[in-house]
Amino acid sequence: MAIEFIDIVETSLAGLGTGSLMALTGVAFVIIYKATKVINLAIGEMLMIGAFVFYGFSAGLALPIWASVPATLVVAALIGGVIERTMIRPLLKDNPVSVFMVTIGLTSVLIGVVELVWSAEPRRLPEFLPQQPVLLGDAFIPSKTAYSFLIASAVMAVLITVFAFWRGGIALRATATDRAAASSVGIDVPGVFSFSWMLAATVAALAGILVGSVGGISSAMGLFGLSVFVVVIVGGLDSILGALIAGLFIGWLEAMVGRFMGGEFKLLATFSILLIVLVVRPYGLFGTHEIERL
Amino acid sequence: MAATGDLILEVNNIEVVYNKAIQALRGLSLAVPKGKIVALLGSNGAGKSTVLKAVSALLPMENGLVTEGRITFDGEAVEQTAPHTLVRRGLFHVMEGRRIFADLTVEENLTAATYALTGRDIAPDFDIVYRYFPRLAERRKSIAGYLSGGEQQMLAIGRALVAKPRVILLDEPSLGLAPLLVEEIFAIIARINAEEGVSMLLVEQNASVALSIAHYGYIMETGRIVIDGPTEKLTSDRDVQEFYLGLSHKSYRDIKHYKRRKRWLS
Ligand SMILES: Nc1ncnc2c1ncn2[C@@H]1O[C@H](COP(=O)(O)OP(=O)(O)O)[C@@H](O)[C@H]1O
Ligand SMILES: [Mg+2]
Repeated sequence: MAIEFIDIVETSLAGLGTGSLMALTGVAFVIIYKATKVINLAIGEMLMIGAFVFYGFSAGLALPIWASVPATLVVAALIGGVIERTMIRPLLKDNPVSVFMVTIGLTSVLIGVVELVWSAEPRRLPEFLPQQPVLLGDAFIPSKTAYSFLIASAVMAVLITVFAFWRGGIALRATATDRAAASSVGIDVPGVFSFSWMLAATVAALAGILVGSVGGISSAMGLFGLSVFVVVIVGGLDSILGALIAGLFIGWLEAMVGRFMGGEFKLLATFSILLIVLVVRPYGLFGTHEIERL
Repeated sequence: MAATGDLILEVNNIEVVYNKAIQALRGLSLAVPKGKIVALLGSNGAGKSTVLKAVSALLPMENGLVTEGRITFDGEAVEQTAPHTLVRRGLFHVMEGRRIFADLTVEENLTAATYALTGRDIAPDFDIVYRYFPRLAERRKSIAGYLSGGEQQMLAIGRALVAKPRVILLDEPSLGLAPLLVEEIFAIIARINAEEGVSMLLVEQNASVALSIAHYGYIMETGRIVIDGPTEKLTSDRDVQEFYLGLSHKSYRDIKHYKRRKRWLS
């Protein structure tokens, strides 16, 4: 059986599409980790609740798209702020493990809220991306994949640029390295905590809108978070660029393996990569490891 | 000593408790006059760092609490103030062990300190840091974690310079540094005090080097002040010479004996 070139191209593009959404969600995870050193196991559920809030505005209240997207992002930021204030900040002085446990609890809370308000049934989001498939040369890309790739890439490009040049990026990293020292130079540490959770919730909600518009939404869509954990471990927990590259790569790899070897090999391929990276570079491809010499 | 209006910092009879159980300070008082260097001396575990953390409001981060007494900075009470707010009002704490951001560059460390200027109409100035510490200028793009101990101490003081404070709390700047480097850094600390007009509360175990630049000194033991006075008076005091400046060759047993005797006398 000869594999056609066009097939490879189309599969690759579809994989990069999914990968860009994993990358975007990975960025949300990294923002929280960068500032607070909290491993947020609920990132997939934060994505899910964002998607449902969007469903509420666009289908429930039948708001036009230009109103429901910003409204969703604002509500998501508020949810992120409330989570930080009520569940994370009280544990600031405790060890990272207890905060990690709290985020496990957070997954159930968010799933519970969504099932209470919207029930557990899967739903479709209103169509809002252009329907016309995109042709790249001879390769055919479903329009939703193409547009969600473009939106996710644009958002990540903005975030990477902002964190590279904006002083707030340094405040985030300083806070993550040493909270007391960050306070001692005038950084508002509780403010950085709130900000990072609010921003991450916003980015995750945006990813949720895109993931939901491609594949529909359900209270189980937080499982998308599992691939995201692989992405951030491979890319490095504290590297936005790492999340971007690892997300695209793993999305591409899963699509190629699924198409040409069979769906049952997808997980095997993903976890082989994870294992190799953990052995060769335990802090991820782009992550910073602690500087030991002092 | 000086009248209240001339004091930048005043600590009045404070008690500090850690973890609601360990009492670290017992009725401690001290004052820093504007423009002066005040040394706070004492052996390891005496409570010197605790005094500084109480003043800069960093104690709650370590589960410590000021249970009694008052602390005023430039006439205003500091209790209930967030640490970053105090920094922005001009009180800068250079913490023990330098606490530089190891995976940030030298320049990024200085940039982090520009948050101290929030709400004040002052433009960030890194040149002042590089003037006092030319060595940091050469290394401005280096990762701070790879600097030598002395350079890290310079960077820790450099962050304070960026913050344009009215008072700097310095916690053991000599820690772990070679004697020559200690002299160099203390000379610069004295210059910063004289040229920038910044008041300083200088905590040290190394009493002789601290008293060489301070105007006034306090000596503390187990949570309270035991002796204080202008530097000249302290350096000529026999007990201080013997037990803190190491000018005699008495052993630890003698010190214990001395303490016992002191308790009997008081
Ligand atoms: N974070 C803390 N938790 C509990 N006890 C502490 C803490 N920090 C200091 N202490 C205790 O308070 C006392 C004074 O410590 P410290 O202020 O660090 O002394 P110094 O700076 O003079 O060496 C010591 O007995 C020490 O064990
Ligand atoms: Mg100390």
